[in-house]
Amino acid sequence: MTWRNKWLQLAILAIAIAVLPLFFPSGYYYRVGALIFVNALAVVGLVILIGYAGQISLGHAGFAGIGAYACALAPEHLGLHPALSPVLGAVVSGVLALLIGRPILRLKGYYLAVATLGFGILVSMVLTNERALTGGPDGMQVADLGLRAVLRDLGWRLSGGEFWYGASGIVLVLGAWIALNLFDSPTGRAMRALHGSEVAAATVGVDVARQKLRAFVISAVYASVAGSLLALQNGYITPDVAGFLHSVEMVTMAVLGGVGSVLGATLGAAILTLLPQVLTVFAEYEQLVLGAVMILVMIFLPQGLLPSIARRLRGRDE
Amino acid sequence: MSLLVVDGLGITFGGLKAVDDVSFAVAPGEIVSVIGPNGAGKTTLFNMISGIYRPGRGRVSLNGTDVTETPPHKLAEMGLSRTFQNLQIFQDMTVLDNVLAGYHLTERGSIWADLLALGSMRRRADKAREGARGLLARVRLDKAAEQMAGNLSYGALKRLEIARALALGPKILLLDEPAAGCNAVESEEIDRLIAELAAAGIAILLVEHDMKMVMRISNHIVVLDHGEKIAEGDPATVSRDPQVIAAYLGTENAEGAHADG
Ligand SMILES: Nc1ncnc2c1ncn2[C@@H]1O[C@H](COP(=O)(O)OP(=O)(O)OP(=O)(O)O)[C@@H](O)[C@H]1O
Ligand SMILES: [Mg+2]
Repeated sequence: MTWRNKWLQLAILAIAIAVLPLFFPSGYYYRVGALIFVNALAVVGLVILIGYAGQISLGHAGFAGIGAYACALAPEHLGLHPALSPVLGAVVSGVLALLIGRPILRLKGYYLAVATLGFGILVSMVLTNERALTGGPDGMQVADLGLRAVLRDLGWRLSGGEFWYGASGIVLVLGAWIALNLFDSPTGRAMRALHGSEVAAATVGVDVARQKLRAFVISAVYASVAGSLLALQNGYITPDVAGFLHSVEMVTMAVLGGVGSVLGATLGAAILTLLPQVLTVFAEYEQLVLGAVMILVMIFLPQGLLPSIARRLRGRDE
Repeated sequence: MSLLVVDGLGITFGGLKAVDDVSFAVAPGEIVSVIGPNGAGKTTLFNMISGIYRPGRGRVSLNGTDVTETPPHKLAEMGLSRTFQNLQIFQDMTVLDNVLAGYHLTERGSIWADLLALGSMRRRADKAREGARGLLARVRLDKAAEQMAGNLSYGALKRLEIARALALGPKILLLDEPAAGCNAVESEEIDRLIAELAAAGIAILLVEHDMKMVMRISNHIVVLDHGEKIAEGDPATVSRDPQVIAAYLGTENAEGAHADG
C-alpha cells in the first residue's frame, strides 16, 4: 500500500512540481503548469466527494464560479484586498454548499447528479445574466493579487507565469496534504465507510447525512479556491468557469486519474489539460481523439489511470 | 431489568405481514435466539430493532428508553450493535480500517483536527487502532489487517463483521446468522466467542440456523413462523413444543428444515 502512503505521495507531487520547469522549452509552459495545478486542486476536492464519500456532483463548476467572481467583484465593490477575496469566495461557497447540500444529498445516484447539475446551471445563468454586475457573457477584469510586486520589491523578480506556477503549485500541495490527512482520519474513514455501505456505516454510529454534507462542503471549498486562483492568474474571467462543461471536465479528470487517489487526480488533471494542446495536430478531429482516449482508458483501466497502474505494479511482486 | 424490550412489533410489506405482534425481552449477559424457517421474519425483526426499518406498529425500548423511531447511528451511541446476514462490509477499505470504522464514536473529534492531522486526532486514532488490532486478533484476522476487505473469504468476512460490531463496545449485540457459510471449526470459534461475550455481560440476540449451536448456547429461544411468534422458552421447552416441531423441527434435523424453508 505504499502508493497510499501520505508522505510518499506528497513528496512525489512536490518534487514533480519543483523539477518540471527544468524541462520547459519556453516560459509559456509555466502558464500551462499553473493551469494544471488549478484544475488538479478542484479535482482533489472531487476525490473527497466522489472517491471518499461516493457522492457525485455535476455542478461543482458553480463553486469555482463563485470563487472566481469573488475575486473579480469583491475588491471593487466591497473594497476587499484581492488576497482576501479567495477567502470570501470559499466562505460563500462553503455556506452555500451547506444550505443546498442538506436537501440535495438525500438523493442518490443519477438523481443527485441531476440536482447538482441544476445548481451549476443556476450559478452560471446568474453570472451570465447579471450583466450590470458581471459584464455578462463577455466576462470581466480581475484585479491583480499584488503579491508579485511585493516579491519584486524584495528583490525576487518573477514573470507572471513563473509566479503563478509556484503559487498554484504550493496551494495544490497544501490541498493534497489536507485531502491525504482526511483519508486516514476518523472523518475520512466515516466517509469511506458510508461509500461502502450506508446501512453498515449508520449501525457503527456514523451520521451518514452529516458526513456526506461535510464531503460536499469541503469539495465545494476546493472548487472555489481553484476558481479564485484561475481568475487571479488569468486576470480575466467569463461565466464559462461556472459552466456545465467545466463541471463535466472536473469529474472526467477525477475519474480518468483514479477517483480514490489524490495523486491520480493530479495526473488526470494534467493529462486532460495537456491533451487538447497536444492533440491540436489533429485539428478538427481533436475532440474526437480526446473522446476516444477517454473511452479506451475507461475500458482498459476502469479504476482510472493511477490505481490501475499501481495495482499492476503491486500484482507483480505479490 | 431487561436491557432490550420488544413489544408488539409488526411491519407489513405490500400486504404481507412480515412480522406480526412479536414481543420478548433480553437481559444483560443473556443469549436470546430467534429461530424460524426461511422468510419467517427474523431479519426483518432485526432491521426494526436496529432502526433500519420503521416498525408499522409496536415499541422497542433500550435500557428503559423508547427507541422505536431512533435512527441507527443514535442506537449505536446507546450501545446497540449488529452484524448482517447478507454481509455489509466496506469492501474497498482495509480489514483494519473496517474495524476502525467501528470505533467511529470513540475516535471522532473536531473536523479541523482531521483535516490538519493534529496531534489530538492522531492520539484518538492510535488508541482506536490499538483496540482494533486486539479485536482482529480475537477473531484471528490480525494477519490480514492490511489486506483489502474485499479479498477475504466468506468465513473471514463474517468474523470481520463481528469484530467491527464489537468495536462499539456494545451493551447489546444482534447477530444475524454469524455462522452461516462457516466450516465446523469456524462455527465452533464463533460459538465460543458468543459465550464469552455473554459472560462479559453483553446481551446477545442471535439468529442462527445451526440448531445444535442454538440449543447449546441459548438461554431463551423465540420461535417465529410467518412473522408470528409461535413459541418461546428455554431450549428444552421449545424443542418439545408441538407447534415448533410442526413448523420447524418437524423434518428431524434443523438443516433439513432450513433447506425446505
Ligand atoms: N424490504 C422488503 N420489502 C418487501 N418484502 C420484504 C422486505 N424485507 C423482507 N421482506 C419479506 O418479509 C419476509 C420475511 O423476510 P426475512 O428476511 O425477515 O426472513 P428471515 O426469517 O430472515 O429469513 P431467512 O432465514 O431466509 O434469512 C419475507 O417474505 C421477505 O420476502
Ligand atoms: Mg434472515
